[in-house]
Amino acid sequence: SDVTDERLRPLLRSAGDQGLFTSLYTSLAQQLPREPMEWRRTYGRAPKMIHLEANFVQFKEELLPKEGNKALLTFPFLHIYWTDCCDTEAYKSTVKEDMTRWHNSLRAHSSADWVIIVVETNDTKKKNKTNILPRSSIVDKIRSDFCNKQNDRCVVLSDPLKDSSRSQESWNALLLKLRTLLLMSFTKNLGRFEDDMRTLREKRTQPGWSFCEYFMVQEELAFVFEMLQQFEDALVQYDELDALFTQYVLNFGAGDTANWLGSFCAPVRSWSGLLLRRPIDMEKRDGIQRGEASLLDLRSYLFSRQCTLLIFLLRPWEVTQRALELLHNCVQELRLLEVSVLEGALDCWVFLSCLEVLHRIEGCCDPAQLAANCSHTVGLWAYATDKLKSLGELCGLVSEKGPTSEDLNRTVDLLAGLGDERPETVSSLQSPYKKLKEALSSVEAFERHYLELSHAAMEMYRAIGRLRSARLVGKSLAEFYMRKGDPERAEAFLQEAVKSYTSEGWSLPVTHTRKQIAECQKLLGRTEDYLQTSALLAGDGNLTTEERKHFCQEILTFAAKSNDQSHKVTLSMAVFSQLTRLQFRPATASVHSGAVLEAELTLRCLMPVSVRIQQLAVSIHFDLERAGTNGRSKGASRATNPGTVEFSQADPSAGPASSVAAAGPPLELDEIQDRSPSDNSLNSTGVVCKNTHLVMRRHDTGSPPDTANCVSPPALTVKDGAQMLKVQDVTLEPGNNSITFTAGQPGTYTLRQLYATVGQVQFVLPHIYPSVQYEVYSQEPQLTVEPLSEPLLAGLPQTVKFTLLTGHYAVKKGDALQLSNTDTMPILPSASCPARITSPAAELVGESALSIQSSEKVTSISLPATPPYHTLEFHLEVLCIIPHGPDRPANERLTNGEVRHRPRSYSHPDTPMTAIDQRMSIDCPWSIYSTLLALTFYIPFKTKHSVLSAGNRKYIQVCLQNVSDVNFTLAEMQLTEKQHELLELQSLNTKTQQLLCSKHSLFCLWEVRWKDDPPSCLQCVFSANFSPPKQDVSTFKPFHYQFQLERVSTLYSVRAEILPPAGEQHCRCGLLSGLEVCITRLTEATEGEAAEDSKTDADGPKSTKLMYEVADSSSNWAVCGRSSGMVSMPMAADAAHKVRIEVMPLFAGHLPFPKIKVLKYLPHTAAVAIQPDPDSCVENDSLSLLDKALDDQGDTASIRSRGSVHSVGSGDQQPQRGVAMPRLEPFDAGQVFNHSHTQQVLVLPATDDHIMEVNAT
Amino acid sequence: MAVCIAVIAKENYPLYIRSLPTQNELKFHYTVHTSLDVVEEKISAVGKSVGDQRELYLGLLYPTEDYKVYGYVTNSKVKFVIVVDSSNTSLRDNEIRSMFRKLHNSFTDVMCNPFHNPGDTIQSKTFDGIVSGMMVPPG
Repeated sequence: SDVTDERLRPLLRSAGDQGLFTSLYTSLAQQLPREPMEWRRTYGRAPKMIHLEANFVQFKEELLPKEGNKALLTFPFLHIYWTDCCDTEAYKSTVKEDMTRWHNSLRAHSSADWVIIVVETNDTKKKNKTNILPRSSIVDKIRSDFCNKQNDRCVVLSDPLKDSSRSQESWNALLLKLRTLLLMSFTKNLGRFEDDMRTLREKRTQPGWSFCEYFMVQEELAFVFEMLQQFEDALVQYDELDALFTQYVLNFGAGDTANWLGSFCAPVRSWSGLLLRRPIDMEKRDGIQRGEASLLDLRSYLFSRQCTLLIFLLRPWEVTQRALELLHNCVQELRLLEVSVLEGALDCWVFLSCLEVLHRIEGCCDPAQLAANCSHTVGLWAYATDKLKSLGELCGLVSEKGPTSEDLNRTVDLLAGLGDERPETVSSLQSPYKKLKEALSSVEAFERHYLELSHAAMEMYRAIGRLRSARLVGKSLAEFYMRKGDPERAEAFLQEAVKSYTSEGWSLPVTHTRKQIAECQKLLGRTEDYLQTSALLAGDGNLTTEERKHFCQEILTFAAKSNDQSHKVTLSMAVFSQLTRLQFRPATASVHSGAVLEAELTLRCLMPVSVRIQQLAVSIHFDLERAGTNGRSKGASRATNPGTVEFSQADPSAGPASSVAAAGPPLELDEIQDRSPSDNSLNSTGVVCKNTHLVMRRHDTGSPPDTANCVSPPALTVKDGAQMLKVQDVTLEPGNNSITFTAGQPGTYTLRQLYATVGQVQFVLPHIYPSVQYEVYSQEPQLTVEPLSEPLLAGLPQTVKFTLLTGHYAVKKGDALQLSNTDTMPILPSASCPARITSPAAELVGESALSIQSSEKVTSISLPATPPYHTLEFHLEVLCIIPHGPDRPANERLTNGEVRHRPRSYSHPDTPMTAIDQRMSIDCPWSIYSTLLALTFYIPFKTKHSVLSAGNRKYIQVCLQNVSDVNFTLAEMQLTEKQHELLELQSLNTKTQQLLCSKHSLFCLWEVRWKDDPPSCLQCVFSANFSPPKQDVSTFKPFHYQFQLERVSTLYSVRAEILPPAGEQHCRCGLLSGLEVCITRLTEATEGEAAEDSKTDADGPKSTKLMYEVADSSSNWAVCGRSSGMVSMPMAADAAHKVRIEVMPLFAGHLPFPKIKVLKYLPHTAAVAIQPDPDSCVENDSLSLLDKALDDQGDTASIRSRGSVHSVGSGDQQPQRGVAMPRLEPFDAGQVFNHSHTQQVLVLPATDDHIMEVNAT
Repeated sequence: MAVCIAVIAKENYPLYIRSLPTQNELKFHYTVHTSLDVVEEKISAVGKSVGDQRELYLGLLYPTEDYKVYGYVTNSKVKFVIVVDSSNTSLRDNEIRSMFRKLHNSFTDVMCNPFHNPGDTIQSKTFDGIVSGMMVPPG
């Protein structure tokens, strides 16, 4: 019976008829595991369904386990006695005896797990027909003989080899019985075993306890579980052993030493690695059993068992994970136990073990599965790579020269420890053993193996996205290449690594890797790259000063080396020094040409030593368009100091700048309002960001901060042929340096690039950002004239300010401004005229008096000498003469030949004052052209005149309105008449001065008296003197107002009378009253009238036609019948005409008379026109012809409202329907005098009125 | 106790990294940087199962022969990494957890400082003190 079968199986011992058993064995062995059984377990462990398999072994008494035997594997769990005896005789004679002996020996070994199987066949029955007892009797006999109250210990199997239902039934019963008994036995024996094991474990603190012994015991249990295919439980046993051992090692580390550990502390002599190809490594197991195993042996064996079980459990990835832990742990444990190990031996062991685990896993998984689970295996690959590398270094396989003899000795020692290759792998082409041996055999083989492993590890890391790990492997590969003297390949890996560190802002790895890169580049002779890297390193704060100085010196040495122009090297400025600040003086960054603009740059030099720079230059670019703001960055309003631009840069002393601060552009916010369309009320309001697409743009995986060394040098583009600001020979000290540039070329310039030249090396800052502009400008002289105070008032002396911006022109002594004189605006001479000269910064430079000479045509102002780009200011007094009449002199020419622009008065929309534009023409010394300037003056007064009449007496009223904002004193108001000498104008005004306040009016009145004929036309001039109040008499200025009056004398008098109805004393409301109008001619025909009416009848007395009209605008009267009519009036004095019109008062009380109007009626000139009857009144109907004229009078409302019959709505008719139409013309004011104007008449209420009407207006 | 403690920003640049002065600082920088691979792997693995409230403690990121690297990620994706010497077997998972919790609390205090600019490296002396406390063995 071989226990070390592929599977462990519980053992069944069979006794009795071997021939019978053999015939049944096959079907029994097959059918037993077919049905699962529920296994109820002790210690509250969950019940399990298990399939029982069994090994059947023939019974031998000497094989029965002795008392205290711990071997579970060879333990017989069930003893079976087979018999097919059906003959009582035979039973009695032989079978019973044999059975008793069997039973006794079992009892002697206190084995209670047995069963007797009686096989019955029909054949046997038939054979011995005579002696046959009923079958049951044999069974009964056996039962009574052996099964003391345990009837189930005897089972009958009927016709086992026949295919009948009866046979099947009995088979099933047998199998069930066997299973049940087997399980019972298991449970009992295992329970006992476990108890024993625990007892043993509890003794572990006692002296003499041995871990190895205990190990064997617990492993026995594990075997049993494995046998039952309870791999999980089996694994638990090994894990418990693992943990127990680990704890002992840890306790040892803590000073608690167990004796048995001594064997594990022996020096390591063999490092052949894990062996996972056997289910049980009996070799190692024996070693453990003998207590001779080393720590590595124990660990290896333990792991190989765990590995086997895990693979049974289909958990290969746990194997890899545990393997890595184990390998790390073993290394630690050996260290902890201070086991002496040959240098490199552990590396060998780990390397072999890694590969062995990987091989084992590869053996049980398909490639696709492996590829998908790289993440589990990559750790082992990397670990193996690592170990191989250190082995290579140890054995001198990495150096350029190859191994020394010492290295070779070491290699031999290491290989000795590997022992011979295991028989399992001897025949395979590739095995960890062969690999290691080969790798250590030669430099080339090592390189091949190492590269293979490295690349495999890198590939896998990449495949699972662990790029950082991949780069780290790459870096270690680079180190390998460096040692091999292959800097070119090394650099590629290093560059990739440094890119990653830079982008993630890990400054220390950056520095370290960059140092390696520098080494590569130096070896490769890539000067430019090397210098660039050196510059980076020279400014790297992570390095010691000595190192930095070394790299700085490298640059300086190169710079000073040769003078060959073709060998210039351009490097990035950013790594050499940083532009931190730029300050303009003056702060506006805008100066006129000729002045000095200074730009002070602050450069923070990152070099550890001071560097002498031959030339520092800023390239500038001429801009066509001028930016609005100079000296500051475009679009950046954060400049707190004017003229200073701060260049945002990481402050290395404060560590990396916050990535928040560098977060994109400023917000452009706008307010929005949503109003309802119906009533414009506000629905909602909000703020919108217009540049969300810029602000919200995702910053690519978070830009890491610009730590001092985490900048990668940008690509450089040097623009040639640009204009430069230069400074020669500057020494930059470490830290901040100020360099001042001077600019002078006119134009607007943008700073573009910054260059620093050190011998052969040029540092370039390719962009100065934010962009900075400055301006050097050139300006034409400019002369402006403006009022000192607004508004300029005409008629009074006013001060105007002359401002001269000299621009590029330097005013020499003797230069003069020539002002053309005008009559309407003389320049008033003043005693002294001081002029102020101010610098561009508005500082007073000088003050001097101007000399002003006036000739007839020209006023000449000689200017003091003024430097360019200064301002010259002086004041002049001018007077704008108020025009007082419509008559103007003809156009005259100015001295320079230009046509004089007439000052025209016009009304200005902003002010009630009338404005006058005055133009000045000035000849300036810097230009051949005259400068034309305009000043606007305002007339402070508005004047109106009117004629007032009292019968024949006439009065002239002049109204003077002050429309300005200032008060005036008026004096000597006079009215004169030019033509009529006999006319007397008697003033009715006060003689004193009068105050005319702003916005107030002053009325003056004169009575006109004449000796003989009244004048038909009067040419009047009103004049007054005015000045601002409380001024001396001399300051009074005259004001004239010319006007003409025509047809002043009264032609007609109108007298009206209201006659009460007959028999009444007073008018009564509602009763018709009579209105009697009497029109009387007062004068003879005047010349004017004669001319006007020349077309009237030549024969008969001269007469004129008048139209009268009674209109009541206040609805007090109702005109009954005709309201208007025509009268023919002889042109003779005292000619009179009476008209009677029926009117009815509508209200009671004192009613004003209805208005009576008298108009001139001009008949059409053509004879064919309607000829109205001279003596009769014009019919109302015909009045429609006169609509237009009546409308103009504006008084026809009453006619219409009184229900007049004439048609209205002729408003859109042409005002004149040709010359043939008769016209109405009003008389001039004063020509008709109405005596009854404003007269009132008493109207009594109607007698039967019972309603009192109160009319309140 | 810990031999190296690092705080790493969301964008994976170090906010704070400190190791025992006796050890090679550079090595720890490399170790911590490489550990970010595993941190990211773990974070993205959790992200796939929705609704699962993420545990901040990521556990052992990866062991090396000499060190054990543990990770922790705050909700704002700031990572804490603690490197422990492998030979230091007395440290249990629970103790590592409590170290991370302590670290997180102290980090929160740093962030609460109105004068601290989020994203800047941590200069706080208190935080430094807490870290120092974790790096020297107790007693």
